[in-house]
Amino acid sequence: MGNKQTIFTDEQLDAYQDCTFFTRKEILRLHGRYHELAPHLVPMDYTNEPDCKVPLSLIVNMPELKENPFRNRIVESFSEGGDGNLSFNEFVDMFSVLSEMAPRELKAIYAFKIYDFNVDNFLCKEDLEKTLNRLTKEELTPEEVELVCDKTIEEADLDGDNKLSFADFENMISRAPDFLSTFHIRI
Amino acid sequence: MPPKRKNDVAVKVEDVGMEVDAEIDSGSEDEARRRAKNRRAKPQRKAKQPSEDEEDEDEDETPRRKGRRKKTKARAKDDDEDDDDEDNRSVKSKTSKASRKKAPKDNEEDSEGEGDKKKRGKTVSKKEKEQQNKEKKGNVKGKAGQSKGGEKDKKKKNGSSSSSSGSDDESLSEGEMEALKEQVEEKKKLVATLRNKPWRMKRRLDVLKEAQDFVEKFEGALGKGKGRRLYAFKVMMAKKFIKFKRDFENFKTACIPWERKIKDVESHFGSSVASYFIFLRWMYGLNMVLFGLMFGLVILPEVLMGLPYGTIARKTVPRAEQDTAMDYSVLFDFEGYCKYSILFYGFYNNEKQIGLLKFRLPLSYLLVGVGIFGYSLMVVIRTMARNANEGGDGADEGDFTFSWKMFTSWDYLIGNPETADNKYASITTSFKESIVDEQENQKDENIHLRRFLRVLANFLILCCLGGSGYLIYFVVKRSQDFADMDNADLSWFEKNEVEFVMSLLGLVCPPLFETIAELEDYHPRIALKWQLARIFALFLGNLYTFLFALFDEVNEKLEREKIIKNETELALAHYYANYSSFYNTTDVPPPNVHPADAIRGPCWETGVGIEFVKLIVSDVQVSYLTILIGDFLRAVIVRFLNYCWCWDLEAGFPSYGEFDISGNVLGLIFNQGMIWMGAFYAPGLVGVNLLRLLSSMYYQCWAVMSCNVPHERVFKASRSNNFYMGLLLLVLFLSLLPVVYTIMTLSPSFDCGPFSGQEKMYDVVMQAIDQDLPAFIGNIFTYATNPGLIIPGVLLMVLALYYLNAVSEGYQQANTDLKKKMQAARDEEKNRRNNKDSTNQVMKDLEDLLPNKSLIPRPIEEEPPLDEIKVEKVSKPTKTKPGSSGNGVNLQKEVSLAAPNPRGPVTHGPGPRGGPPLNTRGPQPGPARGRGRGGHPRR
Repeated sequence: MGNKQTIFTDEQLDAYQDCTFFTRKEILRLHGRYHELAPHLVPMDYTNEPDCKVPLSLIVNMPELKENPFRNRIVESFSEGGDGNLSFNEFVDMFSVLSEMAPRELKAIYAFKIYDFNVDNFLCKEDLEKTLNRLTKEELTPEEVELVCDKTIEEADLDGDNKLSFADFENMISRAPDFLSTFHIRI
Repeated sequence: MPPKRKNDVAVKVEDVGMEVDAEIDSGSEDEARRRAKNRRAKPQRKAKQPSEDEEDEDEDETPRRKGRRKKTKARAKDDDEDDDDEDNRSVKSKTSKASRKKAPKDNEEDSEGEGDKKKRGKTVSKKEKEQQNKEKKGNVKGKAGQSKGGEKDKKKKNGSSSSSSGSDDESLSEGEMEALKEQVEEKKKLVATLRNKPWRMKRRLDVLKEAQDFVEKFEGALGKGKGRRLYAFKVMMAKKFIKFKRDFENFKTACIPWERKIKDVESHFGSSVASYFIFLRWMYGLNMVLFGLMFGLVILPEVLMGLPYGTIARKTVPRAEQDTAMDYSVLFDFEGYCKYSILFYGFYNNEKQIGLLKFRLPLSYLLVGVGIFGYSLMVVIRTMARNANEGGDGADEGDFTFSWKMFTSWDYLIGNPETADNKYASITTSFKESIVDEQENQKDENIHLRRFLRVLANFLILCCLGGSGYLIYFVVKRSQDFADMDNADLSWFEKNEVEFVMSLLGLVCPPLFETIAELEDYHPRIALKWQLARIFALFLGNLYTFLFALFDEVNEKLEREKIIKNETELALAHYYANYSSFYNTTDVPPPNVHPADAIRGPCWETGVGIEFVKLIVSDVQVSYLTILIGDFLRAVIVRFLNYCWCWDLEAGFPSYGEFDISGNVLGLIFNQGMIWMGAFYAPGLVGVNLLRLLSSMYYQCWAVMSCNVPHERVFKASRSNNFYMGLLLLVLFLSLLPVVYTIMTLSPSFDCGPFSGQEKMYDVVMQAIDQDLPAFIGNIFTYATNPGLIIPGVLLMVLALYYLNAVSEGYQQANTDLKKKMQAARDEEKNRRNNKDSTNQVMKDLEDLLPNKSLIPRPIEEEPPLDEIKVEKVSKPTKTKPGSSGNGVNLQKEVSLAAPNPRGPVTHGPGPRGGPPLNTRGPQPGPARGRGRGGHPRR
């Protein structure tokens, strides 16, 4: 760790620790991972906050994300432009939300964003179909998909508008016993 | 906007602020003069503008006013010197400070897409702008916005105070001070909770910086006169404390071992297998503490300050055994030198105080023995309480079957293609199962046959349990016979029969149960529960049979001990009598016998300790061998013989092993139970266990990564955490019983161990209380142990229990009521939400996070398809499943089925509502409200 001072200043590290669920060591490790993704793009020195972004295609190839059916959506949700290119800030943000320490409410918000494929702040049937097809590798018949999506909406849609708003989603997810243990990536 | 929580004074204050803004717009830039004017003009204005309100979120009159004024100044300045202030965050000059203060607001507005408007503010009327501002802050940001607003005001003030000779500081009145304090507190809170805010990192960093600067700036200004120094000191200490806490946290996370290993396992096998390793790690931590207690307070003092080996009988190997005492086979059975070492109870001396420190070893021994239980109990319960908060609040299983499957079934930890494939397959299967369940609730089948099979299976398993219990009892009994025989005549098997049989049973029975459970044909999840319960019963039965057999042995030994004790006393009396008669003196020196030749009792405590240690060791051996043969050898054979075999070994019969989570966890729990029980008789046992856990962490990690394949049916680790913790608690309690029983009722051996010479073990405590503590404490103890006090105490506790139970029932009732109400309220609220922009802060934040607001399709665009879907949905399910399970889901459907008829004609009214399709409509009265009609009225 001899070179940590050259990557971030102490103030930066403190600020990151205030803003995320990570410790100093983890932040440095994250930077290492980030740097690994695109060594020619990402500078080692972050003290003056360089403006650089790593493209989506590199990020989704991280071993942590590679097998995830929603990897593109995850990365896109956390990118400010929605195009999936992440700056280091957004990168840290992503793993902070997905870390073990993040509270359920925060995770729910981002989970909602991830499953919201068409980015309209509602989970409509189209989104659900996409989710389902990714979960099952499209092995269900269209009728089955239809049925499952209908049932899902029926279960979770409290206000009857045939799509899930965030309130619906949160209500449903807050009771799910497995949500916290599964919506979690260890870095 | 309606004014929220504010008094009219505040309203006026706002107005003042606005007017000042207007003045700026008019172009006058002389700050000092304006300020003076403002101050003078205050009363008049108050009177002048009674009607304009529109402002909310304010804390106090004065700071507000000041803030306004400052803001105007700052803004004016800002406009002058630095038009674009979005990216200048560097803090140096006053100007940049002021602009920095302003920046977040601009940011905020930019994110709302109105920043440019503000920039061109000179043309727009200031008041309108102000209003927008307020509006945004009020309903967009909610809490956060509020604090932000406050902060902003402070900032302005700050900026001005630095620009204007700092005379404000002196004029801080009490009220201002309070407000300032409040704001500082608010800021601090914001900093503490910043990481929970769903904002972009950049914004978070900015807000953090501002908040910190603000706190920095104003914290020092708080406190006056005498209190000032104290306050500054307090603030400094708080800061130091925070820093220390963070460093400590960093240190703590750095100390957590095996993160990498667990992560590897996690990504290969998913969270369920990893949960075992996390549990193992937790157990290791717990045992570290137990070992620390044992080692520091019992073992170390005895080693350092107690008598060394060979000085007294209990610390010496008897002469008869000395020849073989160093043999490996003897040591391996924990006889010989092992038996007379600090590992076991018998080695400890009963000297009341030892060494320079006058350390009371017997007392410490007893307290540590009990303290281990106390500490474990505390830790387990605390962990359980913490885990309890994490699980969902547990709606009924049936409520969200599909939703949960849809949104929580993917394990984000998985990072291995094979596991991922398995997971895909298992998710697909589970969906298919649910669909089948949904379509036909109950298959027609022979229910009698199934019932019969289930009864049969249970019968068989009970037989197994009974058989295994009897077997253990039989074996332990036999081992006592063996113990009487000469050691040399016995084979290895005969000597280790008990441990061998117990381990074997633990090995054979669970798979047997699993095979029998096939008969029952339960749902996998229920089957798993049954399986766990049965294995638990098996282990528990075995353990307790073992214990009872051990108690028999102990009683036998106690009898024998009595005889030996009498003999010794007799011999001693003889010796004294002879000595005094022979030498004709009453001054008799103690008999000069070499400690190795002394007559000694059986020392039942050491015997029990040895049994436990042997049990643990053989358990380790068996489980490691199982892994080696059952997993490793199997994997090797499958892997390499596959090239020359008639069928596909990898896909076919033997294939690779799966990691048996439940069995492993239960094994760990029972191992811990034995440690708890045995630690009192064998202080070294905790250390042995520590080694065991350490090696098994590495060994099992290696085994699981190299020889096991991911589960085909990945069952979830859902809430298993607390399930296992509950089992651990039960085992802890069950292992507490025998130990406490022996401490309280059995008399300790007369010639070995720290309690020798006492009637009962706990007498040590009594003595300490009587002799070493002040008399009144002894009195208190006597009173406290009086039955007259204990019985009322117990009664009181029972009453408290009853009361708390009643209260919790009441809360539960209230809880369900509230849930119902919430459900209803949601339905009601729905329409309102449809018609208006969301007032929900979280929703706003969500919208804020959207990559590009322009990307969002207007809700109106999807109206037509939505309605079509609706109709489809309404008509279709009725056909496919007319009367399936009658739970809440169906109920909703009935409601939505009823809806379309009245809806069509009633709500259409094209004339008046033709215009703006969204918004502009209040909640509908009458039939259009309620479930299932939300999407419709917008047409």
